[in-house]
Amino acid sequence: MTRPLETRLSPLSRLAGPIRRQWSPGHTTVAIVLAALAIGLLPFVHMGLVVNGVFLGAIIALGAVGLTLIYGILHFANFAHGDYMTMGAYVALFLTASFFPWLGVTSDGFGPFTFGFTLLIALPVAAIVVIAGAILLDRFVYRRLRDRGVSDLFMSMSSMGVAIALRGLVQMIWGGDIETYPRESKQVFHLPMDVRIPPDAIFIALMAVALVVTVYLVLTRTRIGKAMRATADNPELALVSGIGTRGVTWWTWGIGAALAATAGVLLAVFQGQLLPIMGWKFLIPVFSAVILGGIGNPYGALAAAFAIGVTSEVSTQWMNPSYKPAVAFAMMIAVLLIRPKGLFTMAGSGR
Amino acid sequence: MALLEVSAVVSGYGQTEILHGVSLTIDDGEIVTIIGPNGCGKSTLMKTVAGLVNVWDGTVNFRGKDISSTPPEQIARTGLCFVPQTRNVFPTLSIRENLEMGAFLRKDDFTWRIEEMYRFFPDLALDPGRRAGSLSGGQRQMLAIARALMLDPTLILLDEPFAGLAPAMVYLVLDRVLEINRSGVSVLLVEQNARQALSVSNRGYVLVSGENRLEDKGSALLDNPEVSRLYLGG
Repeated sequence: MTRPLETRLSPLSRLAGPIRRQWSPGHTTVAIVLAALAIGLLPFVHMGLVVNGVFLGAIIALGAVGLTLIYGILHFANFAHGDYMTMGAYVALFLTASFFPWLGVTSDGFGPFTFGFTLLIALPVAAIVVIAGAILLDRFVYRRLRDRGVSDLFMSMSSMGVAIALRGLVQMIWGGDIETYPRESKQVFHLPMDVRIPPDAIFIALMAVALVVTVYLVLTRTRIGKAMRATADNPELALVSGIGTRGVTWWTWGIGAALAATAGVLLAVFQGQLLPIMGWKFLIPVFSAVILGGIGNPYGALAAAFAIGVTSEVSTQWMNPSYKPAVAFAMMIAVLLIRPKGLFTMAGSGR
Repeated sequence: MALLEVSAVVSGYGQTEILHGVSLTIDDGEIVTIIGPNGCGKSTLMKTVAGLVNVWDGTVNFRGKDISSTPPEQIARTGLCFVPQTRNVFPTLSIRENLEMGAFLRKDDFTWRIEEMYRFFPDLALDPGRRAGSLSGGQRQMLAIARALMLDPTLILLDEPFAGLAPAMVYLVLDRVLEINRSGVSVLLVEQNARQALSVSNRGYVLVSGENRLEDKGSALLDNPEVSRLYLGG
């Protein structure tokens, strides 16, 4: 620009009038109804199940936030997400059960936790391995498909292929038997109302909170995070604003994969075992949370994850625990019937 | 030398050819308006220049450099900024974040530029944390233009900036566009109902079925009875 803009307003501008906020009853009403329902049911529910559900919800949240980001930005449902979790869990298993003992470092449980401190080192390493794997898979599978203009549906189908391949890889290396991290039994915390909290659950909750807060800060405070949200909102406008697709794609996979790897390790700790199928099975509550929260909306996925975690745990008070995934699915279907765009879709988002 | 020189450009989507050899030029400091009936390829021409649609044949020269095969995110860097007709803001981002994204390529501290935009479009300053998706049509258009101005462009492409706006808003946005032009930015406008746009333009082009039909001074096009009857609604 050759001279600064004249910022004095023309008299015409007064005609436009001030900005007024629009109020939408949508999610406030939904939140109040849900809260009332939850409080009303509380006296009939075993508190221990609720607490357990919160911990389960924290793990679901880690998977769902990453999955919803990938959907929002790359526009396909990544069916391999659960197997990224499995990968993370097994890489951590290799480190804690084989690699560190080979180095002569062993630890069977430190502090109040059942797992050793080596798991704390293994966790970030597993995340890095899974991030690298996700970016390589994007480079050699998804990017090739994108460049050929393949539809989103085919992208999802190919991710299912990736899922099967990853699970096969895990089975090839570690076999199909149940594995566990090196561990020792520890005292369970007893709280009033017959609530028992395994100490590991506190670790799970802290990790989940720390990661979700980090992702929130990345998305709202950093340049790349805002660029990711901008690309999710409007890819063409992002391009003409000079936001390159490649950087955003890599960061999306990076964040999604790191969250998935952590969720995998935490799930293995929570369940006390590893199985090659663990991540694939965990996809059901994760996908339910993504859809319940409004596809592509990380805040919605977060809230929905806890709703699903608590509901499916509490359901075991009256139902056989093997119906837990069915409860998650039933919630998803019910919400899709009432609010097809998910519980937490904002009014006026322009979509 | 012309600032932007589009010569014999052929482009389209998939297998469908929309532009069959369109040419136009814009000189430094000009306002140029393209008018034409619905579906004549006006928006496609804009997207082609901005790099969103591939050039099949012909050349697009901007400041003496051929940008016909440059990807859109690189074109923004050269000082050519595009405001699409619809979907021209990031709806879930706040007003301020939209402006920050407009400045994505800036390496310097651009806070002053945001402040300048708030003064230029005071509506945007009322509640900078507000989500762009909840803005009215006019405010959204202002934000879209402000976003494009964040990079200090030499040429700004506006695709139907007045479409769907209340009459008072049309004059307000038009006033701002003129002021942007006065500050030294060349403006390429596309309009369907283009009386106001033509009246302030140095030159205008009439585009029909993906081909040039007419080119003249803005005022001359307005006075042309045939143009008036066919493309300006009588």
